[in-house]
Amino acid sequence: MSLSINDVYKVARLARLGMTEQEAQTAHAQLLNIFGLIAEMQAVDTNGIAPMSHAQDISQRLREDVVTEHNQRELFQAAAPQVKEGLYLVPQVIE
Amino acid sequence: MLNSSLLQLGAALRSKKISSVELTQLYLQRITALNSKLNAYITVNEEMSLVQARAADVQLTQSKTHALTGIPIAQKDIFCARDWRTTCGSKMLSNFIAPYDAHVIEQFNSVGAVNLGKTNMDEFAMGSSNETSYFGHVKNPWNNNAVPGGSSGGSAAAVSAHLCAAATGTDTGGSIRQPAALCGISGLKPTYGVVSRYGMIAFASSLDQAGPMARSAEDLALLLNVMAGFDERDSTSLQRDTEDYTRDLNKPLNGLRIGLPKEFFAAGLSADVAQAIEASIAEYKKLGASVVDISLPNSHLSIPVYYVLAPAEASSNLSRYDGVRYGYRTPEYTNLADMYEKSRAQGFGEEVKRRIMIGTYVLSHGYYDAYYLQAQKIRRLIAQDFVEAFKQCDVIMGPTTPTTAFNLAEKNDDPVQMYLSDTYTIAVNLAGLPGMSIPAGFGSNGLPVGLQIIGNYFDEARMLNVAHQYQQVTDWHTSTPQHIEV
Amino acid sequence: MQWEIVIGLEVHTQLSTSSKIFSGASTAFGAEPNIQACAVDLALPGVLPVLNRGAVERAIRFGLAVGAHIAPRSVFSRKNYFYPDLPKGYQISQFDLPIIGQGSLTIQVPTTTAGQPYKKVVRLTRAHLEEDAGKSLHEDFHGMTGIDLNRAGTPLLEIVSEPDMRSAAEAVAYAKMLHSLVRWIDICDGNMQEGSFRCDANVSVRHPGAELGTRREIKNLNSFRFLQQAIEYEAQWQIDTLENGGTIQQATVLFDSDKGVTRAMRSKEDAHDYRYFPDPDLLPLAIDNEWIEQVRGTLPELPLSKQARYVADLGLSAYDADTLTSSREMADFFETTLNEVPKEAKLCANWLMGDVSAALNREDRDITQCPISPGQLGNMLKRIADGTISNVAAKEVFKILWSEGGNPDAIIEIKGLKQMSDVGAMEALVDEIIAANPAQVAEYRSGKEKVFGFFVGLAMKASKGKANPAQMNEILKRKLAG
Repeated sequence: MSLSINDVYKVARLARLGMTEQEAQTAHAQLLNIFGLIAEMQAVDTNGIAPMSHAQDISQRLREDVVTEHNQRELFQAAAPQVKEGLYLVPQVIE
Repeated sequence: MLNSSLLQLGAALRSKKISSVELTQLYLQRITALNSKLNAYITVNEEMSLVQARAADVQLTQSKTHALTGIPIAQKDIFCARDWRTTCGSKMLSNFIAPYDAHVIEQFNSVGAVNLGKTNMDEFAMGSSNETSYFGHVKNPWNNNAVPGGSSGGSAAAVSAHLCAAATGTDTGGSIRQPAALCGISGLKPTYGVVSRYGMIAFASSLDQAGPMARSAEDLALLLNVMAGFDERDSTSLQRDTEDYTRDLNKPLNGLRIGLPKEFFAAGLSADVAQAIEASIAEYKKLGASVVDISLPNSHLSIPVYYVLAPAEASSNLSRYDGVRYGYRTPEYTNLADMYEKSRAQGFGEEVKRRIMIGTYVLSHGYYDAYYLQAQKIRRLIAQDFVEAFKQCDVIMGPTTPTTAFNLAEKNDDPVQMYLSDTYTIAVNLAGLPGMSIPAGFGSNGLPVGLQIIGNYFDEARMLNVAHQYQQVTDWHTSTPQHIEV
Repeated sequence: MQWEIVIGLEVHTQLSTSSKIFSGASTAFGAEPNIQACAVDLALPGVLPVLNRGAVERAIRFGLAVGAHIAPRSVFSRKNYFYPDLPKGYQISQFDLPIIGQGSLTIQVPTTTAGQPYKKVVRLTRAHLEEDAGKSLHEDFHGMTGIDLNRAGTPLLEIVSEPDMRSAAEAVAYAKMLHSLVRWIDICDGNMQEGSFRCDANVSVRHPGAELGTRREIKNLNSFRFLQQAIEYEAQWQIDTLENGGTIQQATVLFDSDKGVTRAMRSKEDAHDYRYFPDPDLLPLAIDNEWIEQVRGTLPELPLSKQARYVADLGLSAYDADTLTSSREMADFFETTLNEVPKEAKLCANWLMGDVSAALNREDRDITQCPISPGQLGNMLKRIADGTISNVAAKEVFKILWSEGGNPDAIIEIKGLKQMSDVGAMEALVDEIIAANPAQVAEYRSGKEKVFGFFVGLAMKASKGKANPAQMNEILKRKLAG
């Protein structure tokens, strides 16, 4: 299950991280090291152990179905790279 | 004045020995003088801080004040604070003015504390040396060639160098305790769920927890009183009765059972740190505590588990930074995919990208069971170790870090070596337990050593009591870096 | 060679909550762009989701309505992918532990030939809660796309069926049944133009008895007509492809309603890897029996139960019962009308399915827009039942109620539509007719019973249509017999 340079490209693509060949090579070497560190974990027998997703063993609290938010578009869009007529603009999306 | 505890500062403010504006200005002047050297703050906004200080001075003339009214607090730049630039140490958010307040910020505002500025940190809290910040590294006030620790390195340095009365931090794998140890201050990571994560920029959601950083356990207790509390906007915020974390500070420690995990004193621990920790344990025995040898048999798996789980959550948490609604967008792009890939490649630093890569990989098809699920199962084993341990002792003690502060750039090229510096702190986050670090002497190089105290769930008041009693009979916590004029 | 079409549907129903599934922003349709996108919906740094109880409750209602298992513990997961209308870069959904497990839905499939519609049970695989994405607007931005996030975070219940349908007609019947049900139990407004009810169809073809073929998924069908057309086109395309020696590649396709064709999407060319994992911001969702029972107590009587009751207790035909329960509004209208004339179920059914439906169809209205209230209709039917007016006169009353409204009794009075039920007066009329038509009387008495109709016509004419026909017949027969 060794990480290949192609895995690096695939993962970078999935994560939308542009990467040059040089960067991919460096990342590959570092990730191999890190996965070497992680490998220790894989020999552990975890049969019958329930996975732990949360630090708390309790269930979810729910909120009542009430509208509590008001329009703050102007404030929020002040931080936006590009807006027009209240819409966020992005390069054309092709379906 | 600068050496005063928070209670003393509060008394001075209420007795009009000093006004909040004067106190705030005093710190702002120190920041002006020293920040260029230490780089502890990313953003200082004199005008906004003074507006709060003036309001606090008005409040202080009225009968109903809080212990922290008028006191200048440095906020880690991971907390959104309305109208403040909130960067999380990243180029991605280098121009982001937060449009709302984090719960922690609201809490401090509500008692009339002054936001003194936003402290430097590792980018998105990913780092153990504060060298991954887009805004440059922070220097350790004890030795300017050494790192302050991370990710809350700016807060630790600011407290240590008296550039604030106290500060906030966040701790995902040791990010409060490790810099507190390396900078010779006190820091507390509460039980997961005690402090709301609302408005605290997420790194690894199931591990992130905010907490106070200050010069003493007593100060930490006062700060935690403000930070803790139920918040309906965070699903993982716990609904509990309000606690006064100062209530047990003065209890004697007779009969306290201290567990010493053998794994925390094994190979990898430097001799000078071991010596300082042993001396502090001896001090505790004098205070009436007894020592129990315990074992946390799975703790050596903490780092592998953490470096699967934290990057996995982070890879998803950081997907929102896409250059669409806020944050950095690359100036030149050919299409949507190009815009995403360039904005993220240019907006994130190397360590952040590395962790996104790790996290994306371990969650991807075909690897999920072997990495992510396996790590979650071992997480439970690690948490169960603590359950067993706390059947034999009241608190667990050990070193916070294997060594004192290492040198800047020393571990930069070797992520694995950097990751190992959190070897004693990570298990606490995985279990969701409270942990703290207090000054416990100095290493052979004259740099501070931190004693880690781990408590059972919701045992913060007892931990603070344990730390406070130690600080009553020792003066490590009052030591100040020599070349920092006070 | 014979081909069998295999269809499974995934239906996204927007739940009719006031606020979003994980935030307190409004879900109202049609607002100015982005004014209902709050900090949580925009995925600002540091914000967190908190689950809406109303969304969970609606999912429970659905689970109860289809007899499904409601999970005591379910989990929210993140589905990770980048898209500009998905602010967090992941959708909060449910993956391996959904809130609703297996259930079933009985559908009625109309046949194109004159044959009877047939019933079929479609199995439901699961239903899960998730959040909707925003909208991408492609017009007028000089080669840019505009993103409106008002819809982002609207609660969805995704209802997944087994591949149990074998024709476009079955798929449409299933979708219509589901559409009626979610409105019946009041969890979704069913507005398809506004996107409240959207279908994805998984279509494959095979030779009967063979393994399932490779499926293609047709996305986002927002009308029953498009659903029908898209499936028919897609199935034929797959059959043609296979018969020409080609193979089917698994794909996601869009239906172009202008051209009536399906085409593969261009944007998702790279393999999906959604990297699902449990959302660390949301703890497991627990639903206890107490909550389920409390929700059950608020559920309206379901269509199947009503149908059975209409047949068994009211003596209606299965066809009448099905028709009257085609929507909750129709059933409510029927039952409210029946309250006025409790013993006249068949009369109520005939009028609702006859004159009322015809009039609604003429004006392209549905039952909720009927100008005559159930009370008015019931009052009118009461007068038919007690003999006050004839069916002919009732049609007159109905016409006036429809166009002018009013009280049926008052209309009957003013328009003088009461039936003649005074036996003496009717006998006098009959005597006059017998006296005036001796030749026909002789014919009748000689055995030519066909002439009876002639006398009935005269008698009704003489009574100006107000005579009670049964009574009048009886008098005529008696008098003519001599």
